[in-house]
Amino acid sequence: MPKGSRPLSPHLQVYRPQITSVLSILHRFTGIALAFGALLLAYWLTSAAYGPEEFARAQRFLASWFGQLVLLGMTFALFYHLANGIRHLAWDAGYGYELPALRMSGWAVVVASVVLTTITWVAAFWRLVVA
Amino acid sequence: MVEFMLPANSKVAAGKTHQAPAGSKQVRRFKIYRYDPDAGANPRLDTFEVDLDKCGPMVLDALIKIKNEVDATLTFRRSCREGVCGSCAFNIDGTNTLACTKPIADIKGDVRIYPLPHMPVIKDLVADLSVPYAQYASIKPWLQAETPPPSSERLQSPEERAKLDGLWECILCFCCQTSCPSYWWNGDRYLGPAVLLQAQRWLADSRDEASGERLDEIDDPYRLYRCHTIMNCTSTCPKGLNPGQAIGAIKEAIFKRS
Repeated sequence: MPKGSRPLSPHLQVYRPQITSVLSILHRFTGIALAFGALLLAYWLTSAAYGPEEFARAQRFLASWFGQLVLLGMTFALFYHLANGIRHLAWDAGYGYELPALRMSGWAVVVASVVLTTITWVAAFWRLVVA
Repeated sequence: MVEFMLPANSKVAAGKTHQAPAGSKQVRRFKIYRYDPDAGANPRLDTFEVDLDKCGPMVLDALIKIKNEVDATLTFRRSCREGVCGSCAFNIDGTNTLACTKPIADIKGDVRIYPLPHMPVIKDLVADLSVPYAQYASIKPWLQAETPPPSSERLQSPEERAKLDGLWECILCFCCQTSCPSYWWNGDRYLGPAVLLQAQRWLADSRDEASGERLDEIDDPYRLYRCHTIMNCTSTCPKGLNPGQAIGAIKEAIFKRS
């Protein structure tokens, strides 16, 4: 029987998502998102160089509900990638490989990125309201 | 290569249902992956109802009961039934573990049993492990020393011996190997957690004198560095070992010598 005709056993279809794999793929997704975020940042900065009308248009887009949704996503992506990046640095230094530490640091990263995102947006809106 | 979907010949079809005998009180459904290489058909998922009152406590007990009493063609590897041989490694209830040490009572709802993930299937729950075995052979899993053997054993201090703890216990069941998404996508070139843990077992051995050559062999973007510290390996190891940490130790050794 030729080997190539053997079926491949199910993998993603059956493997239970868990904190290890979910946070890992989220790290990659947020990294990709941040690459696009860098383009968005570049667009915002160059729009200012093009003059007041272009800048106002960029501002209008970023202040629209869709623009704000993107920015909220970017904020979370930034904080998640940052926090999980620190987790990766700890691993590279040889710390935090045991299962309990792994789960605790994973949840800590999730909580930290949600809290930091919330603080950033509350602070931003606070300044808008006060100013 | 990353291929998220199963190839056409690997899609799992609905299978047969074997009902429990009348009068069974504690019935559990076992959904088991079946593939018959002689049938020329796709794999299927068969359902077996098992009366737990007349079955041993472990998933392997149920598999043996089904093979003995319901369908003798059900094919799987098993030997020691006490977690030291590494034969009965399957994907059970969504994670890889040994059927002989997995209590049925730990599983809620139907018990789903698949072969080790992302491997060619020979028959039913028997995965083709020739690639991981070849990868294991590639790390030269034996003592290499230039020093002539002494008249008695090559001695180790208790401290040196302690460095092998957490490594020598590996039974090569390949639960970790086939839990690793990175191994799924690059299993032809990435050595995988089980093989790298074995590599560390020889690197950590004070009697071995080939550490330099061993690291030279492993220091490769694919063989070693496809590990992205996902840690599914450590999370799934039925022996409670830590392949992720062993890989971290190898990366550290390569960093320190450069």
